[in-house]
Amino acid sequence: MAFYRSHVLVSVDPECLARGAHEIIDALNDELIAQGLIDEVQVLETSRIGDPHRLGPDMLVYPENVHYANLTVDDIPYLVEEHFLKGRIVEKFRAQEKVITDEELGAPKPKEVRVVLRNCGKIDPHNIEEYIAEDGYQALAKVITEMTPEQVIEEVGKSGLRGRGGAGFPAARKWQLCRQVPDNPKYLTCNADEGDPGAFMNRRVLESDPHSVIEGMIIAAYAIGASMGYIYCRAEYPIAVQNLNIAIAQAREFGFLGQNIFGTDFSFDLEVRMGAGAFVCGEETALIASIEGKRGEPRPRPPFPAVKGVWGKPTNNNNVETYAVVPQIILKGAEWYASMGTEKSKGTKTFAIAGDVVNTGLIEVPFGITLREVIYDVGGGIKDGKKFKAIQTGGPMGGCLVEEHLDLPVDYEALTAAGSIMGSGGMIVMDEDTCMVDIARFFMEFTQEESCGKCTPCRVGTKHLLEIHEKICAGKGEPADLDRLDELCAEITRNSLCGLGQGAPNPVISTLKYFRHEYEAHIYEKRCPAKVCRALIRFEIQAPACTGCTVCSRNCPVEAISGERRQLHVIDDEKCVRCGICVQVCNFNAIEILS
Amino acid sequence: MLQVAQAPHQAGREKDLKQIVETAVEKHGAQADAFIPILLEINREYGYIPAEAIRLARKMLHQPEEHVLVSEGQLYGLASFYHMLHTEKTGRHVVQFCESAPCHVQGGRELWKAIQKTLHLKAGETDPEGRFTLKTVSCLGVCGVGPVMLVDDDMYANVTPGQLADIFAKYE
Repeated sequence: MAFYRSHVLVSVDPECLARGAHEIIDALNDELIAQGLIDEVQVLETSRIGDPHRLGPDMLVYPENVHYANLTVDDIPYLVEEHFLKGRIVEKFRAQEKVITDEELGAPKPKEVRVVLRNCGKIDPHNIEEYIAEDGYQALAKVITEMTPEQVIEEVGKSGLRGRGGAGFPAARKWQLCRQVPDNPKYLTCNADEGDPGAFMNRRVLESDPHSVIEGMIIAAYAIGASMGYIYCRAEYPIAVQNLNIAIAQAREFGFLGQNIFGTDFSFDLEVRMGAGAFVCGEETALIASIEGKRGEPRPRPPFPAVKGVWGKPTNNNNVETYAVVPQIILKGAEWYASMGTEKSKGTKTFAIAGDVVNTGLIEVPFGITLREVIYDVGGGIKDGKKFKAIQTGGPMGGCLVEEHLDLPVDYEALTAAGSIMGSGGMIVMDEDTCMVDIARFFMEFTQEESCGKCTPCRVGTKHLLEIHEKICAGKGEPADLDRLDELCAEITRNSLCGLGQGAPNPVISTLKYFRHEYEAHIYEKRCPAKVCRALIRFEIQAPACTGCTVCSRNCPVEAISGERRQLHVIDDEKCVRCGICVQVCNFNAIEILS
Repeated sequence: MLQVAQAPHQAGREKDLKQIVETAVEKHGAQADAFIPILLEINREYGYIPAEAIRLARKMLHQPEEHVLVSEGQLYGLASFYHMLHTEKTGRHVVQFCESAPCHVQGGRELWKAIQKTLHLKAGETDPEGRFTLKTVSCLGVCGVGPVMLVDDDMYANVTPGQLADIFAKYE
């Protein structure tokens, strides 16, 4: 093995890559070659080091343990000369924060309990031995050598584990249903088609700890009697696909996958199947169709996949997170898992928090935590000191919850009762500047686009929902539109074929319920209270604040602003296209948005 | 920059279409569950999936004696269903904007308007010079640094309207 006196670890998480981490690596290597240091200094890729939002691209240099941040390619020659040639630490490139953390995940925040995310950022996902060192594959050994399949199902049943894909069906019951179907071979599928906008918990687990998912799947396969499994991963997650393939190859090499696992007569193998960009493939029957090489269109159930799934054979389908937690339940016991959470929702759940909160990113909390704790204690509150308006949970099939729900305990039943759903765990926080009609329109744009088109209520219904919202946002809403929306929502929910269609109106139903006054302001008063909908706002320059600096008139793309230097400027409302550029460029906050 | 598998590989245009189809079929095998990977590969290598590619693929994939039955319509059905497969010729560079809600509330709304204005394109359109095709893409899962935009394989995060001109200037 070559000996290097220094090791440089460059963070290559997706955010740092987006900020040019690969260019930094190339520049480092070029410069090390130029300085004749390439045999002494090794450049390696690593996962997230610091918050890429503030620090990326960044790198760690060992043995000094120096954290350099906000690097550009132009910094590299100087850095290499100073640090590696002359041996002087370059203070100006050093990260200000001394504590090195992973901010998508970060160190566990108060009230967080990491079960699924326990290894993320801690182990090298490309090295199975690091996973094994964290008790990896011990649960599998225990299951295969000491437990019968029935005992495995019983243990998972006692833990109270429910499917983390969103519907919350008890995992053990699903396994039992599949096990008892007298047909072979049986298949296992893992739903890694995390399509909900704003949800990226599964991406992180697949990228950072793929073996936990693989181990969970092998245990499930043993319990059910499955011989082949597929992980269906969306193609938008190239790094997850790559890490999964590496992990599967290593697990095969170590004898955890393949023929006669642990010398028993149990055999099981796994393959990754990639999607090609279709949200509906997260629905289990559509997912199965896509694995088989067909259009990802759902079909009516029954027969459920447990009876007729992949290639018409019994198939068990669970989410990434459901499988990832199984090894922990086996190792630490069902009682330990069931001791967390609420009466009906046991254990922990990962959430991706996005939108207008201070700390966006991933968290894992026990069920029963309140939304207020999630937003304010874990999420750090609303950005820029603004007021909380709504939180959208459960993705595009979920709903918006408001202030009065903040003290709800987060579990499957409570969220459903409040008019939203648990979903896969995306949470989008919205502040007072958000127009709820616009948000509902936005979600309809998404579902209308993603509707597979197979059944009429969803295909045509979502289009009508979208058109009505567009009309209202354009200031052309009529009083009858509210009744039309109510009626359409009810029809789509009742008559659609799959969960996507049945859930599609949820964002509209919840915004109509909690923000009807905003719809009414748009329709009756032709006013957008949040000042977002362009057709309903106008811009006005305020006299005392305007200094006549001419910045706004120079930046206006349609030359709608006129005025002499050092004189009050005026916006011609006829010409104005409401692009808002003037508001952004004005240094004196002199331009007010009126509605 | 992030290597995203679906972004078309523009250099492939010069390659022989027949060669691309044959390589894709050999690599993934001629079974039903390989259809989508094969089409993804053709799309990546050639930039899009022309009717000729579908005809070539059908000829290789349809093997009644192996019980693999496939029609051109079926393959076209796949190519037109999945967002990442393109049946129309694309520009030399494909700009994909993440249209998901977290990006939307973090400035994506303004950015999307600015992109369309800068490129003089709407979603799905290609400019007459064949330089850019503008598309939207569903959530890329990097919501912490939104709004996010892809140009070919390159991902740009925390994009503001002011940065667009410089970004697009990099792509000829």
